[in-house]
Amino acid sequence: MLRVAAWLTWPAVVLCATVLVPFLLLLRISFAAPDPSGLWIPVVTLDAYRGLLNREFAGALLYSLAMALLVAAVTVSIGFPFTYLMTRLNRRAQVVWLVFLLMSLSLSDVLNAFSWQVMLSKRGGFVSLLAALGIVARPESLTPGDGAVWASLVYGVLPFAVVTLYPALSRLPPEIVEAARTLGASPGRAFRNVVIPMCRGPLVAAFVISAVLVLGAYVSPLVLGRPQSWTLAVLIGNAALAGHDVPRAAAMSVCMLVAVSLLGGVSAWATRRR
Amino acid sequence: MAVMVRLLFLGLVAAFLAAPLVIVTGVSFNGTARMSFPPVHPGVLWYSTFVTDPGWMSAFVLSLGVAAAAAVVAVSLAFPIAYVRWRYPSRMARWLETLAQLAFVLPLIVLAIGFMVFWSTLGHVGRVENTIFSHAAVFVSLPLATITMGFRSVDPALVEAARTLGARDEDVLHTVLRPIVLPYVVSGAVFVFILSLNEYIIANFVAGFEVQTLPIKVFNSLRMGFQPTMCVGAVLFMVVDILAFTVVAVRGDLPKLLGGRAR
Repeated sequence: MLRVAAWLTWPAVVLCATVLVPFLLLLRISFAAPDPSGLWIPVVTLDAYRGLLNREFAGALLYSLAMALLVAAVTVSIGFPFTYLMTRLNRRAQVVWLVFLLMSLSLSDVLNAFSWQVMLSKRGGFVSLLAALGIVARPESLTPGDGAVWASLVYGVLPFAVVTLYPALSRLPPEIVEAARTLGASPGRAFRNVVIPMCRGPLVAAFVISAVLVLGAYVSPLVLGRPQSWTLAVLIGNAALAGHDVPRAAAMSVCMLVAVSLLGGVSAWATRRR
Repeated sequence: MAVMVRLLFLGLVAAFLAAPLVIVTGVSFNGTARMSFPPVHPGVLWYSTFVTDPGWMSAFVLSLGVAAAAAVVAVSLAFPIAYVRWRYPSRMARWLETLAQLAFVLPLIVLAIGFMVFWSTLGHVGRVENTIFSHAAVFVSLPLATITMGFRSVDPALVEAARTLGARDEDVLHTVLRPIVLPYVVSGAVFVFILSLNEYIIANFVAGFEVQTLPIKVFNSLRMGFQPTMCVGAVLFMVVDILAFTVVAVRGDLPKLLGGRAR
């Protein structure tokens, strides 16, 4: 017992201080009043939450949620077939792919947004390519714009979705698909009727992880989006930094946590059924 | 036909993943101050600007230092939890593991605001320790996962044999466990190092004004106007990332570390 205590003191102290305490503090501050010269005034009030009961905040919340679900759906529908095909390659090829994926996974949000901004700008190559192909009449910058935000978000979360799907698909025995093929299923049909149902849990997990990541995305919408399509995360950041209204930022954070828990709860329910 | 479709799909995903990286690398070799791709008058002008500019170089070096420190702190938190989880039936260790995982799944912006109010309430504002400990806390679940995997891969017969020969817990830890678990510790540390190196939101909210890491510096110059120097920073990061992950892939079993089938 003494040994356990000796081992765990350092991690317990640090993790409680840096994870538990900030979380409780955030909860407390969401019920406090803003202090223009400091952080917050220690009173108990619902003002911060009342300040969120308006059309703009509801719009931003719905927009963020809808975008999170849409981007997650696109990500998983690219990521799942991709991961499946990747796990069918030989081990050496898989390692190369994994290094490449981990590299784009760890690419800073800032560099991600910035790369897309360069790429979709007037002289960034992609637009000239579209113009040369005759898809657009004249090369014009695609940023700021919703398309740029979505592309950058899919880029940012795709590696996370793949890493989430990889264990299940990598362990999927090839014999099962071969059996379906022997019994006359086309490769597409074997994939739809055998592989997808077997990976239901990881599929839902990848979807939820992608949606949560998009919901928390701050840099891409800020850099690549127009102000009217700023997401909840950007509003939180702005309230805390520019507006000096920390209780408002905290109350919005609590709303975001509620949304995240709902997503998690629904997915847990969806995987338990059937 | 089916093979062609598969290769085409993999190729398209590869192109999508590579495109921004290729373009940023291309822009960094521009000979003019314009952000053009393909580069105009290619050359290494902006590389020499980056290296001779004390602002950019100090941000780069600071980022490396913060990331290395965060990796060490994260391992110092993760190793005891993983060891106790393996050695004793401890509810406390399990609870700490859950706490660590919780920190990893919360949206980064929420964590950033939480850390910001935490450090300001302590009156400990704008210090480099804020960034280091915040990063360590957020990313601790990665070394925790790899080190736990390391302890699981230990053959119980080895430990049994050492005990029979009179080894105490400390001896088992140093002579039997350490060599087996060490590669897992290193790969966990590499993951924290790389993620901390690239992390922007938390670093910016806890001490962005005073502790200007490279992502913060790139973001600030992004808001002020373009200069290909920032692409040089991006390229340096990509080189560091790819080197680190290649080391993990060459020294260890990357598919297994990511939860796939072992070799």
